[in-house]
Amino acid sequence: MDSQNNNPAPASRDQINANHTITGAEIVIRCLNEEKVKFVFGYPGGAVLHIYDEIYKQNGFKHILVRHEQAAVHAADAYSRATGTVGVALVTSGPGATNAVTGIATAYMDSIPLVVISGQVPVPAIGLDAFQEVDMVGVTRPCVKHNFLVKDVKDIAATMKKAFYIAATGRPGPVVVDIPKDITAQLAEYIYPKTVEMRSYSPVLKGHSGQIKKAIKLLLEAKRPMIYTGGGLVLGDGAPELVKLARALNYPVTSTLMGLGGYPASDKQFLGMLGMHGTYEANLAMQNCDVLIAVGARFDDRVIGDPQDFLSKKRTIIHIDVDPSSISKRVKVDVPIVGHVQSVLTEMNEVLTTEKSQNDISAWWKQIDEWRGVKSMVYKNSDILIKPQYVIEKLWEVTKGEAYVTSDVGQHQMWAAQYYKFDQPRRWINSGGLGTMGVGLPYAMGCQFADKNAQVACVTGEGSIQMNIQELSTCAQYGLPIKVIMLNNRYLGMVRQWQEFFYDNRYSESYMDSLPDFVKLAESYGHVGMKITSPADVEGALKEAFAKKDKFVFMDFITDQDENVFPMIAAGKGLSDMVLKKDNKHRHED
Amino acid sequence: MENEAGALSRVAGLFSARGYNIESLTVAVTEDPTLSRMTIVTTGSDEVIEQIIKQLNKLIDVVKVLDLNDGKYIERELMLVKVKASANFKDEMKRMCDIFRGRIIDVADNSYTIELTGSCSKLDAFLEAIDKTAILETVRTGASGIGRGDRILKI
Repeated sequence: MDSQNNNPAPASRDQINANHTITGAEIVIRCLNEEKVKFVFGYPGGAVLHIYDEIYKQNGFKHILVRHEQAAVHAADAYSRATGTVGVALVTSGPGATNAVTGIATAYMDSIPLVVISGQVPVPAIGLDAFQEVDMVGVTRPCVKHNFLVKDVKDIAATMKKAFYIAATGRPGPVVVDIPKDITAQLAEYIYPKTVEMRSYSPVLKGHSGQIKKAIKLLLEAKRPMIYTGGGLVLGDGAPELVKLARALNYPVTSTLMGLGGYPASDKQFLGMLGMHGTYEANLAMQNCDVLIAVGARFDDRVIGDPQDFLSKKRTIIHIDVDPSSISKRVKVDVPIVGHVQSVLTEMNEVLTTEKSQNDISAWWKQIDEWRGVKSMVYKNSDILIKPQYVIEKLWEVTKGEAYVTSDVGQHQMWAAQYYKFDQPRRWINSGGLGTMGVGLPYAMGCQFADKNAQVACVTGEGSIQMNIQELSTCAQYGLPIKVIMLNNRYLGMVRQWQEFFYDNRYSESYMDSLPDFVKLAESYGHVGMKITSPADVEGALKEAFAKKDKFVFMDFITDQDENVFPMIAAGKGLSDMVLKKDNKHRHED
Repeated sequence: MENEAGALSRVAGLFSARGYNIESLTVAVTEDPTLSRMTIVTTGSDEVIEQIIKQLNKLIDVVKVLDLNDGKYIERELMLVKVKASANFKDEMKRMCDIFRGRIIDVADNSYTIELTGSCSKLDAFLEAIDKTAILETVRTGASGIGRGDRILKI
């Protein structure tokens, strides 16, 4: 962004030494060092020039220069998802700040801890429609966990401490710290608080022991039990405890899109993802179970569809969540347990070892195996056209299921979720809540910075990739060996699918015309470009790409244009209204 | 809640973002200058009210939420009404004002300004009781509420 004139220069070194004070900008840097931040994703501009000047002088963290502020926030978001630490982004005022908003809203919907520092016009200019002024605190209020406008240099350190604390604790989320330019030039003594005390904020950690005992009793008495996990399990690092619990009980497990990897997908107890594009067995087990335990999941519309349909079956629901407002929001819950998933699951495992008698649930497994027999994930492969599902299956094989897989939003996202079997948490990085097209490439950047030697695959479409394609430049600058797996069907596939099903094949504006030559585009940045048009070449091309360990490879897979994502539950329908294949509507009756 | 800039807009924004009703909202600083107290009058099913309370508690600036309906409570609202007080209205207005235990706080050639305090329904009743054509202007503060007896909201 353009720089601003007529702003006071930061205080000189002499002043600093005389008073034992430092500038607001340096305080910001020290706070970030105090929080052991390794990467700051950002883009400079007028209101943050003092801060950037301090960045130039320090080496506590590495600043990653993106090509658009939205990508800075997405990359910080993915870095957080991959590492479990707080992601940090830095943007300037006005357009820099508003460009960051999509990234902030994306993180908010998926409960990702971020601290986003935005510059603001100098305090005396606030409210006067100054150059590059926007009310960032007002703009982001509905999509942050909390936000601050710092109007006194003495408040910077305490505010930063609170920001990191609020972002990371309880139900995590993004926190915006908006700092006017003049504040970053003023002097103050640097005191970083060791702890935070907030009378208005004290997240519950430990679950209620009585409720936990009650939950275990219900689980042991269940005839048709079901474990339903969500993103909260992954974010709360509860996966190992959940695996322990599920294996001890030998109960079936399903996961939301956001929870994938929380329970190993290749395990026999795993029924696959549930919801709108979930497996037949997962959705029917969810619908027909008698005791359901929800772990860090929130019964959202893409998971259970119409709550009335879900409630048409009787079942007892146990719900573990760190956020009380997630409990009984869409579906009334019988045994709520508010607490951190890891802590609650640990306690459940302890209680379980002392309890014995358990119902025989072999009849339930028999029923589930019958549903599994429907093989809802089988697709018809082709020798002529590349099936997108096939690409994902081969990607899984070639990467041995160990890659970080980021996705954009649409059909390719669902195929990645369905066919890449995630066995570890924090490996599947996508925008589940907000559904933000364009996250894939910056997400892959965040993952590669989090784990520089890891295999990182960005599964995308030719629509989504173009929403942040400028980041090819960032990837070149930092030598990120990301592999882009683009499923190119020349359509906004998910839009086209809905238009085929619900709008009588009227494909309104869902084609992708005038596509660039992606191979040449990649090459123009110094990357490797590959175009794959035949199913016979898919596996070889993937092997070749992943063998290029230090190269960014852009793979343009020309896929079958007519392929749709199945099974499917239409928006607003219930779990028993699954469509397995086109023209084969399957209404489950018992 | 914390007496901080923007706290009110967080609460108001929450109600509009989640589609909850606000019938009235009053806010002012308390005896502790770092805290403000807000009384919100809203309507909704038990489930909606439960969500409103949970969502309010989730706001970082909100220190404590109390549903006054969980016990006995007192509510008071202040209304100022400017009414016609020309010769043929004067006595009638004075009488109605007395009946509702209001006070005439400003007298002009052709109008009275009446101050009236009470529950929201009492203020509604007053407006119903007087001749509608006599009402020139009304301004109401919205309800403030407090628990009865020893029930207190304290941090």
